[in-house]
Amino acid sequence: MKIYNIKIVVLALCTAVLFVQCADDDDNGNVIEQELCSDGIQNGDEEGVDCGGSACDPCIAGVVDFSGVYVQEDIMGRPAVNTAFGGSDPVKNDFNVSLVSDRAAFQPIFQETLEAYHDVYAIALGIPVEDLDYETNILGLDAATFTTVLAQFDALQVAPNAPTTYFDGTNVLTGRTLGDDVIDISLTLMFGGTTGTRFDGNNGTPQLTSDGVDIGDRDLTLPFPHMESPLTQ
Amino acid sequence: MMKKTKIFAAIGGLSLAALSIFLISADHIDSPAVAGTKVDIADLYAFEADNPNNTVFIATLQGPLVPGQVTENAVFDEDVLVEFNIDNTGDFVEDLVIQAIRRDSIMYFFGPSEVEAADAGTSSTVYVNDGIGQVEISGVDETITATNNGISFFAGPRRDYFFFDFNQFNAVADGDAAPDGFLPPGQASDFFESLNVLTIAIEIPNFLLGTPPDHVGGLVGIQGLPRSYNVWVETKRKQ
Repeated sequence: MKIYNIKIVVLALCTAVLFVQCADDDDNGNVIEQELCSDGIQNGDEEGVDCGGSACDPCIAGVVDFSGVYVQEDIMGRPAVNTAFGGSDPVKNDFNVSLVSDRAAFQPIFQETLEAYHDVYAIALGIPVEDLDYETNILGLDAATFTTVLAQFDALQVAPNAPTTYFDGTNVLTGRTLGDDVIDISLTLMFGGTTGTRFDGNNGTPQLTSDGVDIGDRDLTLPFPHMESPLTQ
Repeated sequence: MMKKTKIFAAIGGLSLAALSIFLISADHIDSPAVAGTKVDIADLYAFEADNPNNTVFIATLQGPLVPGQVTENAVFDEDVLVEFNIDNTGDFVEDLVIQAIRRDSIMYFFGPSEVEAADAGTSSTVYVNDGIGQVEISGVDETITATNNGISFFAGPRRDYFFFDFNQFNAVADGDAAPDGFLPPGQASDFFESLNVLTIAIEIPNFLLGTPPDHVGGLVGIQGLPRSYNVWVETKRKQ
């Protein structure tokens, strides 16, 4: 108890000295702030020792406990890759804990799934599955190459010095905006063939390249963080 | 022919199962191990900021959340680290990470931290010496952002920006929609139009991300694409 009292006195003295120094100084307020933010004590409106409040840097380490080891449970690069091409639950679980740089084993699975989608629709249409295969897409990627890009290079490509679009007909894979129609783009790459119009609902074909919905009434003009407040009903 | 027979045999099981949950969302409602948990990533967005010298990264989680109590009660898990990974050398191994994790009512941000080779991979620790800022987590009726040294932060519930006619897709997948497929605009319905997600957003100056590598498109014959980082997001649970 006695030691505690002494500490209080010392702390009070130190603080008093600090303010006297500042008061004697004809410098501007910034100097006072810097002194306060490196004096080793929590004062002013600081939220921790020399951190937080109106003058100091935010409190990060040393005040809050961030210790421990954190292990991967989910991962995402481009939209829809694992859910669309994983094929089975065990594969999807494996994908979510895999490294992007170690995905060669997923490519043949993805390719098989891609072909299976076509077979499913062939059956629905009552035509032999042999007659309905994936066709090289508008990016010029055959099935093996397309699924290699999906499996082994699964990241969003983000160009810091170019307009952002997932695909706008001209530019491609420079990021993903909130308004990009990633479903229609994915469907077109999967079912659109070389022209992008292979199964677009015209000329007696099924509509498989667009789901018919867009961003709707979501506001794309908002400042950071750019997304609307949550809906309440 | 053998291959076709094999696929045909699988159609009744594996492939239809795959189709039935195909693209439920970009990554919403994920595989069984993560579906419905607080590590479940819904979507990743990365785009040029209003200030073209900056890039915005957005991760959405735990979607879809129904408006009302479900959204109001949704919280970020203090044991879940959200990590934006940036490869700026083109080998698809992270060179920089930006980390975000909740403590009480605050979302704390760290990075971009250089990742030592030994630390790359599925395990991480928080780069506690690289704190770059924090923001109070917004409630359903508020939008609280913070900016520190030119970096902006947000965490909280938002409307889901993912859009998809999920119900019609199920009809397509089941063959019920043959031969027409998806519905035309006006008849199609966006399943996610009235749903929410939890969101973590950061806007950061590009110079903090290093020089981007050649675009990966060049590896598969797509030439002329601008230099681009390779970016992905991970959720990692404390052991």
